[in-house]
Amino acid sequence: MAAELSFNQEIANMMYATHGNPISHCLQCGTCSGTCPAADFMDYTPRAIIGMIRENFKDEVLASNTYWSCASCYHCTVRCPAGIDIADMMYALKRYSMWKSRFKEGLIGPDFSEAFVKMIVNSGKSFEPILATTYLPRFSAADMVQEALTATGLVLKGKIPLLPKRIKRLKKFQRMVKRIIPLGELS
Amino acid sequence: MKQYAYYPGCSLESLAKPYQLSAKEVSLALGLDLKEIEDWNCCGATAYFPVDELLAYTLVARNLAIAEKTGLTEFVAPCSACFKNAYYTNNYLKKDPDLADHINFALEEDDLHVEGTLKVRHLIEVMLEDVGLEAIKNQVTHPLAGLKIAPYYGCQLLRPRKDHEDVENPQFFEELLSAIGAEPLKYETKTRCCGASLIITNRKAALEMVRLLLKEAIDRGADVIATTCPMCNVNLEVYQSQVNREFGTDYSIPVMYFTQLMGMALGIAPRRLGIAKESVPKAREAVTA
Repeated sequence: MAAELSFNQEIANMMYATHGNPISHCLQCGTCSGTCPAADFMDYTPRAIIGMIRENFKDEVLASNTYWSCASCYHCTVRCPAGIDIADMMYALKRYSMWKSRFKEGLIGPDFSEAFVKMIVNSGKSFEPILATTYLPRFSAADMVQEALTATGLVLKGKIPLLPKRIKRLKKFQRMVKRIIPLGELS
Repeated sequence: MKQYAYYPGCSLESLAKPYQLSAKEVSLALGLDLKEIEDWNCCGATAYFPVDELLAYTLVARNLAIAEKTGLTEFVAPCSACFKNAYYTNNYLKKDPDLADHINFALEEDDLHVEGTLKVRHLIEVMLEDVGLEAIKNQVTHPLAGLKIAPYYGCQLLRPRKDHEDVENPQFFEELLSAIGAEPLKYETKTRCCGASLIITNRKAALEMVRLLLKEAIDRGADVIATTCPMCNVNLEVYQSQVNREFGTDYSIPVMYFTQLMGMALGIAPRRLGIAKESVPKAREAVTA
């Protein structure tokens, strides 16, 4: 049996288009952490996460909120002196955590992404009210009221349509998706 | 009129309707023919990539394939996230024949095939490069004289870097605003993230990110914040009241798409640019005053 892959290698394998995006080139300079607009809200900074991946701290990395706090703004990516696409690495961590169903409790990100993909597979287009049902129950009562007021205002202004849109060739579109992910019957 | 394969993206059919209206009006006035591609699907924004990389590229590739089929050579997106997804998917398809093969196998189900030969552009690039600052200036009938504007570039219009362009302190948005007679302000946070979908998945973080952007614009005396992306516009405009509630501020600054501002300068009626629909009531006064 093959030797178990290091976490570093497992994450590299989740980055197809960037061909593994070698995070081993990281200098640990901290430019990413100093740049990241969400760093204050992360359990570990991006610099620390890269160091932890390289040292195989798999459980600690997966249990942190760091990668689900990334907004994909790519500010770290364009500043990294070692040329690492750090935002892409955060996506790879998200994919890994979705694949293994391992993430910090209480996060909205994983449910939101899953709901988004299901919505697209079912209709081909995105539709805010369907998405809202996936995250609203997780909000505090006060936040829920605020969000409902905001949404009602938007509907009244004609900015949110009341019925979801669908693409025309939906059946063909769904067969296309199945050639990539064998989803079984779509719900 | 030069024709473009136009991909509006989902937001322009709902939350960003004013962007759709103004983009079409201004393009027409400047001689750009935006041909909306048929039966396009959602590009996935930032929500497919956390689930499956190959599926994310396939969904974008379907739109590129539909555009290629029209025979047009340029693909234009007004949303920065759609633009970034289309730009990089197109690039990867061109550079990686294995990836293209795999995706084309899936596209066969919809009788489509993608080559990655399109030139993918954001609407603001088309305005700047194909129409040009001089031509825009010559068409201005109602210069936005005295209007102080914070030019907010946001993220995915600029990043990741495509070539060797300046992503730290770009100037093209300021130049465009000057061309329509407005006064672009120095705005240090102009490329700092608005929080994007964190507004849903991490509300606390996103509201703080929005607060910083609003604060600098207001401190510098901006009348309006100008945007190039539906997500930025929604976060800065719609969630302004929630920032006020969270931080005890009383911010009330209009947030407008660059196409709405251009439309005003070209003399197009505000209602045709979706300007009456702003959540922040001061928008209209600020521009028409």
